[in-house]
Amino acid sequence: MDFLNSIILLTNFIIIPGITYGSQLALGAIGVTLIYGVLRFANFAYGDLMAFGTMVVILMTWYLQSKGISFGLLPTALLALPIGILLTIAVSLFFDKTVFEYYRNKKSNPVTFIVVSLGIMFVLNAVVRIIIGPNDINFMDGHKFIMKAREFKQLTGLNEGLAIKSTQVITLVTTIITCSILFYFLNKTKTGKSMRAYSNNEDLALLSGIDPKKIVLITWVIVSILATVAGTLYGLDKSFKPFTYFNNLLPIFAATIVGGIGNPLGAFYGGFLIAFSEIGLTYAYKKFFKYIMPESLEPSTLIQFISTDYKFAISFAILIVVLIFRPNGIFKGKVI
Amino acid sequence: MIKNIDFRICFSVMTILTVLVGLFQSWGIALSMLNLCLISAVMAMGVNIQWGFAGLINFGVMGFLAIGGLATVLVSVPPVHEAWSAGGIGILISGLFLAAVVISVFMINKKLSKHKYKNYFVFLIIILSIPLLKFIAGPSISKIESINAATSGFLGGANLPIIFSWFVGAILSALVAFVVGKVCLGLRSDYLAISTLLVSGIIITIVKHEEWLSRGVKNVIGLKRPVPYEVNLQESEWFINLVQFFNSSKLSNVLDPEVKISLLNQLVITSSGVFVKLCFSLIFLVVVFVILYFSEKALNSPWGRMMRAIRDNEEAARAMGKNVVKQHLFIFMLGSAIIGFAGAMLVTYDGLFTPSSYQPLRYTFLIWVMVLLGGTGNNYGAVLGGFVVWFIWIQSAPFAMVVINLFTGHLDETSYIKDHLQNSVPYFRYLMMGLGLLLVMRYRPKGLLPEKVIKN
Repeated sequence: MDFLNSIILLTNFIIIPGITYGSQLALGAIGVTLIYGVLRFANFAYGDLMAFGTMVVILMTWYLQSKGISFGLLPTALLALPIGILLTIAVSLFFDKTVFEYYRNKKSNPVTFIVVSLGIMFVLNAVVRIIIGPNDINFMDGHKFIMKAREFKQLTGLNEGLAIKSTQVITLVTTIITCSILFYFLNKTKTGKSMRAYSNNEDLALLSGIDPKKIVLITWVIVSILATVAGTLYGLDKSFKPFTYFNNLLPIFAATIVGGIGNPLGAFYGGFLIAFSEIGLTYAYKKFFKYIMPESLEPSTLIQFISTDYKFAISFAILIVVLIFRPNGIFKGKVI
Repeated sequence: MIKNIDFRICFSVMTILTVLVGLFQSWGIALSMLNLCLISAVMAMGVNIQWGFAGLINFGVMGFLAIGGLATVLVSVPPVHEAWSAGGIGILISGLFLAAVVISVFMINKKLSKHKYKNYFVFLIIILSIPLLKFIAGPSISKIESINAATSGFLGGANLPIIFSWFVGAILSALVAFVVGKVCLGLRSDYLAISTLLVSGIIITIVKHEEWLSRGVKNVIGLKRPVPYEVNLQESEWFINLVQFFNSSKLSNVLDPEVKISLLNQLVITSSGVFVKLCFSLIFLVVVFVILYFSEKALNSPWGRMMRAIRDNEEAARAMGKNVVKQHLFIFMLGSAIIGFAGAMLVTYDGLFTPSSYQPLRYTFLIWVMVLLGGTGNNYGAVLGGFVVWFIWIQSAPFAMVVINLFTGHLDETSYIKDHLQNSVPYFRYLMMGLGLLLVMRYRPKGLLPEKVIKN
């Protein structure tokens, strides 16, 4: 019984939150890595692109709610998602046409791209804050819990409860669907293959008759979809605040580099690695050891590797360790 | 497009603009803007040394500014004796332990540089040291933080004049930059950008949450000043006489003695604030001129030529026998030291240290906009960038207000759109910055004052 309790404890506090947060990071990291692989620069405006997409989804959700439309047990935001994706694609393509294309044709160095992406970051930051304001917004509606801790206890008779929020399940299901489609597209379809070819060797791809404009267009479309979906899932699970979205860029970058920048599968694993280390290393294992250890060996301290304040710092530290050990990432980078 | 703008013209324009703000808004606003322009100019010169001279992309500006800010606390605040006697020894021991860890990591790197498992040793040491450090320091930290938690709860500082902290901030920043540089500088440009950004995130987290050191989110207020306090000024005889002298014409128009005294009192109060800011401006001006002088000297010296050679063609410079790695590390430390100096100046001017206010947008990317807009590789450009960007940053809110009122003038006072737009006025500065950066990068990629190319 104690053993079961300890397993439930870990599932409730580490595994489920880890999977949720990891999925959100993974979706974001795949977007960053695709931009890096195909367009060859680190996009600092990505966090704010996520914020923009989520903002459109929220506005649409409010509109739908005012019309009395809802999605039953599921959050209305899922209905609003397509509109958010469409507008985010439009914004991405607009910035690509007005800003990035010029530097791409000039074959500028990566630093110039980073700098102009900073400019776009400032603009998007302003647009989001002007339109929706800097405050916390909770736009989750529909059914909140699939399983409440108390119900679980009553059901199983265990001491530890297991709470499953519906947003957690939605996040997981959406991530699985999005990633399966994405990886199928990249590995099996002709367009996906040509995208990979372009990322691997631009000149050779051009020689084989691949249209670079089409590749760039498709990349921005995919990236905008990923950004909006990741942003909306994060906002549903926690809440929407423009500043948090900007801050989330940092663990997303960490996940991207840990997985090998330019490698989508690596970014996927990197997201989960970062999420699980952030949650796993800041969790206090006292109660867990209480269950599995005999009473005489009960721990007196919290058994916490590092305090929760350092949650973000862990992902950065992992990144630095990875950069020292394997500068190309755990999974070799630059291969879509 | 004007090819070459003389820097004197630019600075005259900025001076005129500042004077105009003084005349139309108030001298207090104009001077506090000028002071922040000067501090920003120092920050921008620090970044310019790294990016303009050597081509090193440092997105960790925020972290080094925070270290400079921390230095003001460590230097100028009076020590908390109870805290020292309660947990001082524990903190000192853990400090020694930390130093030992860092040194042993460097030793392993040096002595066992060829060893197959070198990296794993380093990794193991770092991983083991964190719980150990917590074990050693934990009890003392909780003791220190429990002493007068509401008013102190930290170790305090050395109770020295705050001017010293500027130099201490520079030295501390250089030391941190040494460690960061050792780890990160070998990376490619875009990796370097991301990793320095993340390192600055770690530094901010430490400053924010180690309350025994910096009071963390509880902030340190009422820091010392290198200039007189307004309250003391308002009571001193010479200052009142000075105010009387400057406003003699205004005062002589008033006949009623009571009204005259109240007017004089009001004038003394407003001018004491202006006087304090003026003192700050003078000190900051001296700092800007000294740093500018030495940066120009360095840029035009053989060393500066070498740095530019390394920046423009690393391989060739290496082939000429220059030690690129060492020079990169040195210039990274030098630039970070100047940034740390500016960070200490900023906190001194504010009079309070608020770790939670350090955000990358304001303290890293804005400084970068200054450098890129002003002119990469040109010290005058960096100073100009500091001025222009800070001017726009401050003045864009009133400007946006005017524009919004112009466009929504026909709308009703209670109109939702008008109200919403007026509330979001502060965010128009981000828009201005972004558009400014994009336009400069497109049409004047070398900045307002481009780097001077010297041909012999």
